[in-house]
Amino acid sequence: MVVSTHRPLPQEIRDIQRELEETCASYGLDFFETIFEMVDYEEMSMLAAYGGFPTRYPHWRFGAQFDELMKGYSYGLQKIYEMVINTDPCYAYLLRANELTDQKLVIAHVYAHCDFFKNNAWFAHTNRRMLDEMANHATRVNRYVDRFGYDEVEQFIDTCLSLENLIDPYWPHMSRASDVKQNSRPGFESDGSDDDTANSQGRFPAKDYMDSFINPPEILEQQETDRRQQLKEQEESRSFPAEPWRDVLLFLLEYAPLKDWQRDILAIIRDEAYYFQPQGQTKIMNEGWASYWHSKIMTSHALTDADLITYADHHSGTMATSPQRLNPYKLGIELFKDIEERWNKGQFGPEWDACNDLHEKDTWDKQLGLGREKIFEVRRIHNDVTFIDTFLTAEFCAKHKMFSFAFNDATDYYEIASREFEKIKQQLLNSLTNHGQPFIRIVNGNYHNRGELYLLHDYNGVELKLDYARDTLVNLQRCWSRPVHIETVVEDEPTILSFDGESHEMQTKDQ
Amino acid sequence: MPRTIDRDMQRFKQIVRGKVRRNLRKYITHGEMIGRTGREMVSIPVPNIDTPRFKHGQRGSGGVGQGEGEAGQPIGRGQQEGDGQGQAGDQPGSHIREVEITLDELAEMLGDELELPNIEPKGKNAISSKKDRYTTIRPTGPDSLRHFKRTYKRALRRQIALNDYNPERPVIIPTRDDERYRSWKTVSEPEANAAIIYMMDVSGSMTDDQKEIVRIEAFWINAWLNKQYDGLERRYIVHDAVAHEVDEDTFYRTRESGGTRISSAFQAARKIIARDFPPDDWNIYCFQFSDGDNWGEDNDSCLDILKEHILPVCNLYCYGQVESPYGSGDFIRELRRFEDEWENLILSEIGSKDAIYDSIKEFLGTGR
Repeated sequence: MVVSTHRPLPQEIRDIQRELEETCASYGLDFFETIFEMVDYEEMSMLAAYGGFPTRYPHWRFGAQFDELMKGYSYGLQKIYEMVINTDPCYAYLLRANELTDQKLVIAHVYAHCDFFKNNAWFAHTNRRMLDEMANHATRVNRYVDRFGYDEVEQFIDTCLSLENLIDPYWPHMSRASDVKQNSRPGFESDGSDDDTANSQGRFPAKDYMDSFINPPEILEQQETDRRQQLKEQEESRSFPAEPWRDVLLFLLEYAPLKDWQRDILAIIRDEAYYFQPQGQTKIMNEGWASYWHSKIMTSHALTDADLITYADHHSGTMATSPQRLNPYKLGIELFKDIEERWNKGQFGPEWDACNDLHEKDTWDKQLGLGREKIFEVRRIHNDVTFIDTFLTAEFCAKHKMFSFAFNDATDYYEIASREFEKIKQQLLNSLTNHGQPFIRIVNGNYHNRGELYLLHDYNGVELKLDYARDTLVNLQRCWSRPVHIETVVEDEPTILSFDGESHEMQTKDQ
Repeated sequence: MPRTIDRDMQRFKQIVRGKVRRNLRKYITHGEMIGRTGREMVSIPVPNIDTPRFKHGQRGSGGVGQGEGEAGQPIGRGQQEGDGQGQAGDQPGSHIREVEITLDELAEMLGDELELPNIEPKGKNAISSKKDRYTTIRPTGPDSLRHFKRTYKRALRRQIALNDYNPERPVIIPTRDDERYRSWKTVSEPEANAAIIYMMDVSGSMTDDQKEIVRIEAFWINAWLNKQYDGLERRYIVHDAVAHEVDEDTFYRTRESGGTRISSAFQAARKIIARDFPPDDWNIYCFQFSDGDNWGEDNDSCLDILKEHILPVCNLYCYGQVESPYGSGDFIRELRRFEDEWENLILSEIGSKDAIYDSIKEFLGTGR
């Protein structure tokens, strides 16, 4: 790979970088060491196609992405200014053709991203050595290609990618607790060794003479019979898992009859999905945070007179809004600014909420000066969903002319639905929750007691794209090798879509 | 060192080409490609190739936006969704991607798809070109061209002659003198040449629609024959009651009015052949397009010229009759009467744009 051979930055840029690094640090931004590299547009497109990494496993979709980026650039439709990846140290790529003003903006922007990667809680469990990991993945997949042939491997990767979004965003954060639990998944195996734990279950620690009071025998007995009853029921129905699973990929890894190399590829795809997942979860915050800081640092430090026009042009270009697409940069930066102002002026808390006097609200300023502190806290603990849920206000929506829109079946158009705060917020949260993806869980891995896989789509008002759902079932069946089903809603009717390896079936669910 | 992204892109393009191939019939009738030649790229819209996922459809979907407007005001059109019966990603509307393909490649796909046989050219002696052929051996050369077998044989022979060869331990060590290399000779090879003569009826009864059909069909015939021959010459004749030789551009644009005398075009074609393309050296193709509405008395003289002077010298004589609201369509009946006598005479009726595909197959399916 040619790209990752390190080339030193030009002196001019290096000086800027040093200066900005100091400035950023002086504001309290806390980042991993950041290594900048200058690349030309072709290299940039390639890195972007690879999700920021110089080496990925072979797959056509990277080529498709690359092709699209290169075309977009040569037709003058789009341009990537910068790229930064969440690793320690951070790697950031600067576009060689950028003007000096842009390079300053981008460097400041990148440092804020790095700060976010390092400090935001949702990134806490990402692999910071992903650069090596990705290269390892590539090596492993290439080895499979050599052994089993390109087409075979590619087809399986396609299959996995089709299921890539069926992971549990909270899994990395709870896996540490459930590591223990994994060994004794209820209802799946029960051998004699469980007996010891069974006896002590439900029992509180107590000194001998207090034991009969703290752990009344009749209650313990009751609990024990309940537990046995439950176990027996599960045993009889032979259905598993006991609880619905959201991490479909993990379920397949553990229970699907895959070959070793297939299992490995599925694990690779899953690893990478989890690595990229927090970035989707914090798009608005991450971009808002980076924009907040590049604007702060540019306007109070880095700008020279000569830079001003270019900066203003490019900054406003980044912040442009359009009716049908919410610009995460714009929404993010404005919310951070709004939070800062509110906490500076003390516009929060029960007193503020209780106030109904508009004039008083307008001039409300308790001069608390807590704004900066608050936004640092926000960037540490929130993700996009909680960020919007906590900080989006009616005033903010009105000020930024926000509205919700909905698809109208009759006219085939998206139409403005409402300008009411509650509805806007609800809609926004809906589209951010689970990254706008449908909630899908495995409820039964032994459906009909015939080893069939049964998925449940938690319908929340938006139906699945049917043709895609069918094709995804085909891919799921390819992994599971027994018939697969998904329960969803089609044209307002609860429906089960099935695929048995040969034909599709769709039937209304019996109530 | 090749970049891995290039490999991924190649693979992607391969997949796209597969898609283009499957939808070829649709692309053939697109008029937009006309005017391109050989290596030039043509842009073809293909439905984006997408990985199917469980994802939300449009029903019940919505979002949040920013800007002016009242409730109920439309802000954007929904995407055309398929009926859900087809294969994912095959429905138009979702994402259209323009792919670029050289015309040569497209012609090749057309050839494959229509199962067009490669043409066996005649008269390979008109014009010759120089080509390098690796047919000889010499004692010096680059390692990459070393002839292992010959080198080995010489070394073996030398060692046996010197009594160095031990059958128990048959180690052959070539010396500098043993080494032999492949080498080339420059040879002149005759090139096959083809001439195409297009004739089109531009009389009043031919409307723009019919000319569009002729245009598209001629374009694909050009593309295919271009691939088959090294040198391709084209001549264009338009006629109503009189014929003119014109350039390509004029051919497609001229609109005359008045009666039709097909024999005038045949005369002109005969003259061009005699002047420019001695039949012994050239593969001659004639394509004639008309709505078949000829001046009654003219038919006989047409057939005379055709039988006497044109059919005997042509690889192919193709007559495509486009359906016209005005024409009587008689001419093809005249030709049908002796269709069997000449196996290089091919007749095709082109009812509409959609028939172009099959008509091309009729014309070029003979492999002449």
